Amino acid sequence: MLYVVITFLWVSLWFYLLFGGADFGAGILELFTRAHNKDRTRRTMYRAIGPIWEANHMWLIIAIVILFVGFPKIYATMSTAMHIPLIIMLLGIIARGTAFAFRHYDAVVDDMQQVYNRIFTWSSLITPLFLGIIAGSTVTGKITQQPKDFLEDYVFSWLNWFCVAVGCFTVAIAAFLAAVFLIGEAQGEKDKRRFIAKAKTANIAAFIAGALVFFASLYQHIPLLDWIFANPVGIISITAASLSLILLWYLLSKGKVKILPVLAGFQVTMILLSVTYIHFPKIVLLKDGGYLSLLEHEATGKTIDALGAALLIGSLFILPALFYLLYSFRKSANRTKA
Amino acid sequence: MDNFIAARSQMALSLGFHIIFSCIGMVMPFFMAVSHFIYLKTGNTLYKNITRAWSKGVAIFFATGAVSGTVLSFELGLLWPAFMEKAGPIFGMPFSLEGTAFFIEAIALGFYLYGWDKFNKWFVWATGVVVGISGLLSGILVVAANAWMNNPKGFDFINGEYINIDPIKAMFNDAWFSQALHMCIAAFAATGFAVAGVHAFMVYRKKNIRFHAAAFKIAATFAAVAAILQPLSGDISAKNVARLQPAKLAAMEAVLKTEAAAPLIIGGIPDTATGQVNYAIRLPGLLSFMAYGDMHHPVKGYDQIPKEEQPPVMVTHFSFQIMVALGIFMLLIAVLYLIIILKKKSWQNKTWLLRLFMLATPMGFIAVEAGWTVTEVGRQPWIIYGIMKTRDAVTPMPGIPYTFYLFTAVYISLSAIVVFMLYRQIKMVGKLYDNSDNEALTFSHDLH
Repeated sequence: MLYVVITFLWVSLWFYLLFGGADFGAGILELFTRAHNKDRTRRTMYRAIGPIWEANHMWLIIAIVILFVGFPKIYATMSTAMHIPLIIMLLGIIARGTAFAFRHYDAVVDDMQQVYNRIFTWSSLITPLFLGIIAGSTVTGKITQQPKDFLEDYVFSWLNWFCVAVGCFTVAIAAFLAAVFLIGEAQGEKDKRRFIAKAKTANIAAFIAGALVFFASLYQHIPLLDWIFANPVGIISITAASLSLILLWYLLSKGKVKILPVLAGFQVTMILLSVTYIHFPKIVLLKDGGYLSLLEHEATGKTIDALGAALLIGSLFILPALFYLLYSFRKSANRTKA
Repeated sequence: MDNFIAARSQMALSLGFHIIFSCIGMVMPFFMAVSHFIYLKTGNTLYKNITRAWSKGVAIFFATGAVSGTVLSFELGLLWPAFMEKAGPIFGMPFSLEGTAFFIEAIALGFYLYGWDKFNKWFVWATGVVVGISGLLSGILVVAANAWMNNPKGFDFINGEYINIDPIKAMFNDAWFSQALHMCIAAFAATGFAVAGVHAFMVYRKKNIRFHAAAFKIAATFAAVAAILQPLSGDISAKNVARLQPAKLAAMEAVLKTEAAAPLIIGGIPDTATGQVNYAIRLPGLLSFMAYGDMHHPVKGYDQIPKEEQPPVMVTHFSFQIMVALGIFMLLIAVLYLIIILKKKSWQNKTWLLRLFMLATPMGFIAVEAGWTVTEVGRQPWIIYGIMKTRDAVTPMPGIPYTFYLFTAVYISLSAIVVFMLYRQIKMVGKLYDNSDNEALTFSHDLH
């Protein structure tokens, strides 16, 4: 049952990165859209994610619940050491979720829309930035279970080049996913080309941010390359991601967009797989050289069994309903476009 | 302000904020479903418009409730890591089920809000009902987790170790039923009175009378039924607290001295130094009867509780009195309203009735906050009753007062925006949903 729970944890993170990430990305794209096109970007985005908006963000809750029920020590350690970035991320989540609802449901359309938009777009950037920073901190080996020094243990454990680079990488990936997903939603050739251009820019940004992650890891003596290339899964997934990148650029330049979302999703999946597989089952590397492991710091057997059962039963309800939601809105969107 | 007080204040603030939005988010779908049902059965577009207007409200409250709930799932660890490390595996079961219920709610809401003209009308209606039911289930599950903190079951606590953990037993602790029942009915009463009050105000102002009167009737009926049931569930809760948490009962009722045939103390200022409750009304033997069904059953007082295990009596007692007083007031309005709709239809649009409901608008939610204060403050100094002290669970992270100020600012501004948005929703009713006032035949089409 422990492996069922771990699988669900991974899948929730994966879906959150893909779907939640694309949601964040849509906000980031809006932030970087020129003023006169902002409205069009916003509308396209709304059509694409409106109905599944709330559902996309449930994955984070599922992941966090799995963590605190199944792996309480990991949850407690992380939420103590990462207090500050988590608070910033939470403020981002509050601001974004409410601004998104407000700008759509406000009965009067006036200058307040500008306020909602600004809050929405900036928090779309900040939230994944800090998600990435927190993710990066798990492998920098600066987290301690006995924090003493404020700056050392509560600030520099996440405020360092490597974590910030991972944060930027996450932002770029989110923007890239969103741009690729939105190409298919665009109405008209002009918009389509606009999103293709955005996808290219975001991809280049992701590439640069990826390079930054690499340099930062060298600077901080984090053996990132050794980790990735020390095992076949890492090698295969990184190679697959790189090869699909070439294919992606080819398709982008040809304007063949049908298969792009799958390809982009595949790339991101490969990246997540390689970086999570390296350390499995170690999920947090500690300052004293120790680690927190999914296979050693789990809750007792009965809890894991009950949690696994709850997740399995839950997914019987959630997955078909979610699939039907996606399917039926896609169908009706295609009908209106045709 | 020290770290511990700041952490408690931040938690109280976050929950106090979340509780309002989640109550409305879980109850309003039922109002919406009733109105929608009337529309589908009768074809009366008035009810269609009420449904659409309410669904906007649901969307706003759901979104706000969802983010404040997400924040809470992190805040538990941010503020109380030592508690979560021990308690997570024990009381986590309802949370993992709640994840599913909440997810279903989000999916169903997606169908309901965006599928209005796209799917079979009864399918859309059913998704609205699913929103309500799964919302209610989420509420019950979260309260079951809170009930575990009051009645920690499902493990053995030996030499400071939590062993033999059984999360199912923990979920079905002895307090879950009475707490969940009381909370659900409270949510219906509070939301019902709040919604009814707003519509009553609009009828009073003679704006879109037909629209607001019909909406008022649905909300007021829910409110009235809930307010009449609530004292019964309150009685179950009180007896439960008497059995499981005598210290909380003593704090609620300001029982400073153990007495056989304990009096029910109304009002008064408890003074723990002298053991007296000054300026109070006493009804002899009534507390013993209400808590144990026996006029002469002794009720444990503060004199029998070790000093370091006494909950703050002032806050708990006052909150409890506020809750009960408002509950009684709402009960009276409810009885009156039911008499009116059953026997005295001619009083339905009397100004005094509208005024009464306008007065009651915030009462349900004040009672909810007060009742929640009773259960949380009345459990102190424990975070897990009898097992772990709240003070021992707080995060070692310094500077919590600053995050508390920050969250206070955020939640105050959010509340202000939501109120502002509701004001605009209501102001626009004439334009968007009911143009009978200006008799313009402009097509009141939907926003998206």
